[in-house]
Amino acid sequence: MKKYIDQGKNDTRSGYGAAMTELGRTNPNVVALCADLVGSLKIQEFIDENPERFFQIGIAEANMMGIAAGLTIGGKIPFTGTFANFSTGRVYDQIRQSIAYSGKNVKICASHAGVTLGEDGATHQILEDIGLMKMLPGMTVINPCDYNQTKAATLAIADYEGPVYLRFGRPKVANFTPVDQKFEIGKALMLSEGTDVTIIATGHLVWEALIAAENLEADGISAEVINIHTIKPLDEEAVLKSVKKTGCVVTAEEHNYLGGLGESIARTLATQHPTPQEFVATQDTFGESGTPEQLMEKYGLNNKAITRAVLKVLKRK
Amino acid sequence: MTNQELRLKSVVLRKNILKYIYIAKAGHTGGSLSCIDILNVLYNKVLNVDPKDFKNPNRDRYIQSKGHCVEALFVTLADRGFFPESDLETLCAYQSHYIGHPTKKVHGVEQNTGALGHGLSICVGEAIAAKLDDKRHRVFTLLGDGELPEGSNWEAFLSASHYKLDNLYAILDNNKQQITGNNKEVMNTDSVRDKLQSFGWAVKEVDGHNLEQLEEALKNGPFEEGKPNFIIAHTIKGKGVSFMEGSLKWHHGVPTEEQYALAQSELNTAEALIH
Repeated sequence: MKKYIDQGKNDTRSGYGAAMTELGRTNPNVVALCADLVGSLKIQEFIDENPERFFQIGIAEANMMGIAAGLTIGGKIPFTGTFANFSTGRVYDQIRQSIAYSGKNVKICASHAGVTLGEDGATHQILEDIGLMKMLPGMTVINPCDYNQTKAATLAIADYEGPVYLRFGRPKVANFTPVDQKFEIGKALMLSEGTDVTIIATGHLVWEALIAAENLEADGISAEVINIHTIKPLDEEAVLKSVKKTGCVVTAEEHNYLGGLGESIARTLATQHPTPQEFVATQDTFGESGTPEQLMEKYGLNNKAITRAVLKVLKRK
Repeated sequence: MTNQELRLKSVVLRKNILKYIYIAKAGHTGGSLSCIDILNVLYNKVLNVDPKDFKNPNRDRYIQSKGHCVEALFVTLADRGFFPESDLETLCAYQSHYIGHPTKKVHGVEQNTGALGHGLSICVGEAIAAKLDDKRHRVFTLLGDGELPEGSNWEAFLSASHYKLDNLYAILDNNKQQITGNNKEVMNTDSVRDKLQSFGWAVKEVDGHNLEQLEEALKNGPFEEGKPNFIIAHTIKGKGVSFMEGSLKWHHGVPTEEQYALAQSELNTAEALIH
């Protein structure tokens, strides 16, 4: 299978911060808002270089979403920044009414998604955000897999007209996608071709999927690995093309199995090409404190869990 | 427009509110009648907006946070030439753009509203954007007193004074009632003036049915350099129709044929008196 090399562990949120710095230099309409989490969102450089285009809103996320909607009427491209939890569940009505229903060009940028937020525990870890956001008509939902891809995605959404939910995380993880990749919203990326099983992963689970595929290869199983960075709109064509070849699929995400990527894939397959599927996802639970590695192990969100799911789904072919 | 013409317009707009609510068999009668004088003054004396050039970036902005009183907004926009008044015969009907809350699908509406406690934050964003681009236009919102308990309003009050948005005007339709009862009993929001002043806003109080007072307050701002502007407009729910004034049942009430005839006859009398 195709080999990928970790160029050095980094956090996806820093990819966001780096892209914001670049946008600050290249796109005068981009403005940044934050609810008291400048350090966590890695946007200090943007602020230093563009103090007049940064708006500290304080710990008032609902107001931040409304202000962002208003800024778009003035022709700005607002990027809001806080944790995924406070970017979605806390402000669902503001996003629904004032951003999604109103078709506002707001970029909701959400760090610390999933259990890999780690030690702060369940109140700050959200495993429902993809579901909340993908259910909103007109909302684009993106969950990039590493530093480089988060940077590329952030740059790409500035050029896209419409509301976007961009989800990324806190821990330093493998950075393996190309530095100068072109990010196409809604376009799945074929990472490695295979014939026995399709592994479709998003976010932090993409790297784990590659490790799983490598381990499976050693056991004589040929896994195809697809990176779905855009959960909505879903690249159904890429999904269908792959499963028609392999005949079974494992989906992997740092999210509840209800409402996540796996469910979107299942819907696509159920309506167009029924296929055995296994879900690597959390099982309708809240998180807890621990290191990212401990939590990924406990909640079955690593390469071992993906391998187990592959062996299971192969028996159902 | 003379003051007499403006007063006449208020009566005609009231008649239209009732007419289209009567046709639709739906609407927010009491609140629309309490805020219509404010809208009349805004659209005919204050706002720099042009139906033929609505997207002009230098236009004044108006966002109605109390979206449920959309009938007042629609009849005012129609009167101002944004769309033919007869369009409102489809108010709240299947497949009509003239739905029960403001929508951008209607020419002249800036922003979809309806869920309460949203409008002010959006206006804060617009006011910031205007300041950022050094633009001179002003941003207005109409708040219902019943929506004041929404916490997002208080987040927005804080941020407006923090960012010194003296180009922002929040008008409170202080009709003192909401769907369940009197504000005082549902959730007491007394001492709004003190509250807003302590939040760093410049506050004026007017009789919300006195067109001259409204015009004076809304035309001449900012009240204080560097402070957002808050106008407490004391109003009466159902104003202009004797049996609707101050009566809770007209929050969402639709007149019967008899009630409609009676209301129109009262308003016709009021119109004749102005002539």
